[in-house]
Amino acid sequence: MAQLKTRDVLLGPVFANNPIALQILGICSALAITTQLSTTVTMCLAVMFVLTLSNFFVSLIRNIIPSNIRIIVQMTIITTLVIVVDQFLQAFAFQLSRELSVFVGLIITNCIVMGRAEAFAMQNPPLISAIDGLGNALGYSVVLLIVGFSRELFGSGSIFGVQVLPLVSEGGWYQPNGLMLLPPSAFFLIGGFIWILRSVRVEQVEKEPFEIVPNTRTSPAF
Amino acid sequence: MRDKNSAANVLRIATVVCLVCAVIVSTAAVTLRPFQAENRETFRQLNVLKAAGLYMEDMDVERAFQRVERRVVDFDSGEYVDPPGGFDPVRAVRDPAQSNALSGDPAGIGRRTHYGEVFLARSEDGTLESVILPVHAYGLWSTMYAFLALEADLKTVSGISFFEHGETPGLGGEIENPRWQQDWVGKQVRDPDGDVRFRVDRGATPEGVVDAEHRIDGLSGATITSRGVENMVHFWLGEQGYGPYLARLETRMQTGEVL
Amino acid sequence: MFEHYLSLFLRAVFVENMALAFFLGMCTFLAISKKVETALGLGIAVVVVLTLTVPVNNFILHNFLDEGSLAWTGIAALEQVDLRFLGLMCYIGLIAAIVQILEMFLDRYVPALYNALGIFLPLITVNCAILGASLFMVERNYQFGESVVFGFGAGVGWALAIVLLAAIREKLKYSDVPEGLRGLGIVFIITGLMSLGFMSFAGVQL
Repeated sequence: MAQLKTRDVLLGPVFANNPIALQILGICSALAITTQLSTTVTMCLAVMFVLTLSNFFVSLIRNIIPSNIRIIVQMTIITTLVIVVDQFLQAFAFQLSRELSVFVGLIITNCIVMGRAEAFAMQNPPLISAIDGLGNALGYSVVLLIVGFSRELFGSGSIFGVQVLPLVSEGGWYQPNGLMLLPPSAFFLIGGFIWILRSVRVEQVEKEPFEIVPNTRTSPAF
Repeated sequence: MRDKNSAANVLRIATVVCLVCAVIVSTAAVTLRPFQAENRETFRQLNVLKAAGLYMEDMDVERAFQRVERRVVDFDSGEYVDPPGGFDPVRAVRDPAQSNALSGDPAGIGRRTHYGEVFLARSEDGTLESVILPVHAYGLWSTMYAFLALEADLKTVSGISFFEHGETPGLGGEIENPRWQQDWVGKQVRDPDGDVRFRVDRGATPEGVVDAEHRIDGLSGATITSRGVENMVHFWLGEQGYGPYLARLETRMQTGEVL
Repeated sequence: MFEHYLSLFLRAVFVENMALAFFLGMCTFLAISKKVETALGLGIAVVVVLTLTVPVNNFILHNFLDEGSLAWTGIAALEQVDLRFLGLMCYIGLIAAIVQILEMFLDRYVPALYNALGIFLPLITVNCAILGASLFMVERNYQFGESVVFGFGAGVGWALAIVLLAAIREKLKYSDVPEGLRGLGIVFIITGLMSLGFMSFAGVQL
């Protein structure tokens, strides 16, 4: 394999090969916790921590893991990291951990983590694996932050809980868009994000699985 | 090189990975547990204070809480009890020996514990200022938890604080809104006979109704959440809830007993 | 009693739909919903796995992990032990193990179903709907019987959602979607619309 460039490994997943927009990985948590920027940022940091370290540790022991138990070994490492994050949040960021509730635990099944461990860390040395983990976490964070920013700004007129658009109910002029606070809005935002991304990078457009043959003219039967 | 897929190696790796991970997880859990317990406790105290209107920005919660006394009440008799080993509401509701399934269940809570907590907030000289009751009920999506504080007349609301729920953000989730919670202050939830009389309107309470002090504006677009809140007040202040306790407390006040 | 279970089941299927109300298992949901046939296979696999794992995890929670649940061992030192922080690890481990066993069992005794499910079975381990259901079971404090019904209902709800999406996607082949939205983009938007539809079940009292 050609020498992997650190820069490509780190920044590639942000736009060129975004885990959410292109690889369809790690979407569940992207939707549930993006109503506020503060929870979004916490989630991004947690995923960054878990993904970087899990890639590092899996890669560290990649040569001694027996292949028939590799999935469960990866799983154990990931779970350990997630529990540590969960316990830390409960101890030092209690309010945030209440708002994230089960979604911290669900980082375990965030397919990005598992997917990168299996696809990258098992074949590459520890350092570059850690960078790959960080890169993918960044790609994930970019999407999450865009979604979280739009949802909090248009849904509650605030950013990080600070009111920037004065609400009608508080005597201002902004009528908040309630849809933004509901989960389906995250789908629309991600859908829109993909659209923009693919308009810029045309090579990412999916090929039609088949072409519909143009209607053949039917000739009247006599 | 050894065969890394041999049974012995599989076992060895599995054991080592398990051991290392178990040590990390246990260390994290055990060392952080005191912080977590403290957080939970502070959070509860904070919400009791908020409901009683005693909370101010950046205050020392623990010190302020010294004015609040926690007691345990038997729901059926309305008397204070002192269960041996203390009373943990979270554990009690899961324990069939300490709680029972409700037959008529207007609040949608399934089980009610035999005992319940009350918090008594006193002024500097020791007179009773407010009684704070933990209450909960099912709304649209989720169980809503709150502390409801009554003034010493046991009829007037001195505050409410919803601290846990999963209602729709922006609609039912507005139960968290401080402005709406502020509307509760001064409302009468029990009439002079001690019966529960309280209503959450659909939309705003009409101008000039005679019983305006028994009614509160509903949350727009959140009919079911509002109904849940209404049921919550009716259930917890009624016969199956703190009703007997409040009645006992009233008679004891009239006889001039020290509370 | 029956009514209670029925209402729990219907709630798990419609009101608290794993895919469209809580958005769990989205990765597989979006990736493997191009054809109704495969979606149905995956859906059935999820139903089976959920019906097995939620009760088993419930059993583990109530007999090993929960505070005071080790009392049956009769060892005084263990009576107050609270191992809930190990919960995540046990649940995911059990899910992985059950999926593995199920795979071997099907391979040996029901090869037809095994072939039909194919790659989907191992994939299910990392489906958040499975772990999510177990975590909801813990949070909502279900008893054993309830956990069986909830697991089954959650599975049926998820299967229903993915089959519906696949059916829509099959029809979608004939529509003229803007270039950049083609494929994943439009699927996100459809899922959003579907979940808006499912939101109307909210608050249905059963």
